[in-house]
Amino acid sequence: MTENKNESSPLAGLFVTCLVDLMRPSVGFAAVTLLERAGCRVEVPEAQTCCGQPAYNSGDRADTKAIARQVVAAFEPYDYVVAPSGSCAAMIRDHYPALFADEPDFAPRAKAVADKTHELVSFLADQRGLDSVPGRFEGRVTYHDSCSGLRELGVKAQPRRLLARVAGLELKELRDAEVCCGFGGTFCVKYPEISDKIVSEKCAAIEESGADLLLAGDLGCLLNMAGKLKRRGAGVQARHVAEVLAGELADPAIGEPERSPGRS
Amino acid sequence: MQATSRNFKDNAHEALADPNLQKAMGFVRTGFIEKRKAAADALPEFEALRDSARDIKNHTLANLDHYLERYESKATENGAQVHWCATAEDARQTVLEICRSVGARTATKGKSMIAEEIGLNDFLEKNEIEPIETDLGEYIIQLRKEPPSHIIAPAVHVTQDQVEADFRSHHKHLKPDRPLAEPQQLVAEAREMLRQKYLDADVGITGANFLIAETGTSVIVTNEGNGDLTQILPKVHIVIASIEKVIPTLDDLGVILRVLARSATGQEMSSYTTLSTGPRRPEDPDGPEQYHVVILDNGRSSMLGTEYQEMLRCIRCGACMNHCPVYHAVGGHSYGWVYVGPMGAVLTPSLIGVDQAGHLPNASTFCGRCESVCPVRIPLPKMMRHWREREFERNLNPPAQRWGIRAWAFLARRPGLYRAVTGLQVRALGLLGRRRGRFASLPLAGGWTRHRDFPAPQGRTFQQRWAERRRESGRSAA
Repeated sequence: MTENKNESSPLAGLFVTCLVDLMRPSVGFAAVTLLERAGCRVEVPEAQTCCGQPAYNSGDRADTKAIARQVVAAFEPYDYVVAPSGSCAAMIRDHYPALFADEPDFAPRAKAVADKTHELVSFLADQRGLDSVPGRFEGRVTYHDSCSGLRELGVKAQPRRLLARVAGLELKELRDAEVCCGFGGTFCVKYPEISDKIVSEKCAAIEESGADLLLAGDLGCLLNMAGKLKRRGAGVQARHVAEVLAGELADPAIGEPERSPGRS
Repeated sequence: MQATSRNFKDNAHEALADPNLQKAMGFVRTGFIEKRKAAADALPEFEALRDSARDIKNHTLANLDHYLERYESKATENGAQVHWCATAEDARQTVLEICRSVGARTATKGKSMIAEEIGLNDFLEKNEIEPIETDLGEYIIQLRKEPPSHIIAPAVHVTQDQVEADFRSHHKHLKPDRPLAEPQQLVAEAREMLRQKYLDADVGITGANFLIAETGTSVIVTNEGNGDLTQILPKVHIVIASIEKVIPTLDDLGVILRVLARSATGQEMSSYTTLSTGPRRPEDPDGPEQYHVVILDNGRSSMLGTEYQEMLRCIRCGACMNHCPVYHAVGGHSYGWVYVGPMGAVLTPSLIGVDQAGHLPNASTFCGRCESVCPVRIPLPKMMRHWREREFERNLNPPAQRWGIRAWAFLARRPGLYRAVTGLQVRALGLLGRRRGRFASLPLAGGWTRHRDFPAPQGRTFQQRWAERRRESGRSAA
């Protein structure tokens, strides 16, 4: 599994993302597995917390910049910065340079880190040319294109390409796959009724797809959709796409109870 | 129009519970989107045209004074009377004076968002001039005494059944057995009602999609031909337009028209594109005796040179709202003023103040679909974020939100403390939620759990587990 871990392999700094760190560490470990499979050495800098989006999208520019400086400093040493989230990767890649555009001392540092930052699945497919994955999955899955990854980073074909390499997996495309799930970070708690309407439409499409498992590349969207699917009593489970690609499915799916010890 | 944007949440609450609105919005969710996509895909140079349209508008805005003056001098040369109006009140008074100067009792109207912005209909009615909307959608909402809910499809929130009921209650001559179940039958009925009114009107009022500086021409694009009858038949034609409608040349018009209808309705061109250059000349077979152009600022010039200047590129196609999940959910009236959807979320705070319209730029998931279809590539989410920044600076957002963000940011700026605090929290939540895997309710998370379950965290953070794995691999290596 770690055949390429010699000193000449590129060194990827994993930007875990706050949601994966706190809510679903198994996604982080799946990301490490996939990055190593793609010939990278992986380190996880301790001085990371969050990319700053909650502050940024709430209009709190000062705190955003303080957090962004911290991220830039923590990830400068790496060849690549990789995040299992299109939204956090787009924050670093697209928005950090804009935040520091008027600070000539710091702007080049922000730009340098931005330029080497990638969303996990597109990094594996486009930058590392990964064409085989360890995952196996017997069943039908559907895939939701999270907005930031799709529209800010162009992540669309890459996850489908890699999912096609997962033995046994059948992909059922989602109606309106490019429509937002209604999460929107703080939006979902600032405007809960509107968010609920949007995620309800999304869940209807998910249930209609006939899939047993919903996949996406962003945990925020997944928590929103999984939480709503559960509330609706739907049988569809939800996981981050990295878990299926890495074949790391021992932990229960999002929002599912822990399995009783007797079962594997 | 009295703004109710402050009540956005209540407006949205009502809209979500309104079955007619939810039914009517179905077409926006599918029809507009599919038609735009088909039109864009069919034109290989569509993306390049969007760049050109953006560049034309940027160039114009950078030289706006020049092109406005040039437009005025050309239009005046052609016999137009140009009226500069700084405020909505100025514009209303100017229109009223023109109407009074010819003793007007009725005025037909083509569709105009500027007329909505300045509340022209109510004002004319108060001054005993009857405004007659001739665009079918505008005609319907005039009967219903409602504002438009979409900038190109003003009655998109109304179902066909509702229109039939409105016609039956307002058109007293209608026999109960007259069929009105088909759209064509509704159009025929409206046409019958309007035909004589076109001929009787003293003044015709239209908007302008563009003002051409090179030739002093005003341009409208419509699908019903009502604009042409409105501006050709009465003896006075009043064009009301805002300052950012000017573009340099007819060639520029050719570029922008190619993206406008495709973005709006998926048509290659609207059914009618009508250019008006001055009043009737002696050799013309028809046309108005007087041709007035009322040019409104109403706050737009103060957007120049700010982070909101790019909003003035907008050509009012409606693609942003057609692709907006929030607009789909709550409809246009929830936004509480004339401009709705993503373009309204940026423009409304500029025109009526962010203290009035602060909800609008917040009520977005930042999904970015609006920007991805904007024919002049306006970065709408970026500008909504700028409004949020202005609100944050001025302490306009709710204190609980502010303190929540500040407290979270305090931790996020201190990785060691952050790890300690969050580590304990997720540990506790993970233990509590282990058996069910999720929470049906959680203190302080009502906004989330009222509508959906909260998935339980896995227990220990990634950083804790990673540190442990590193220690173990260190030991095994030693």
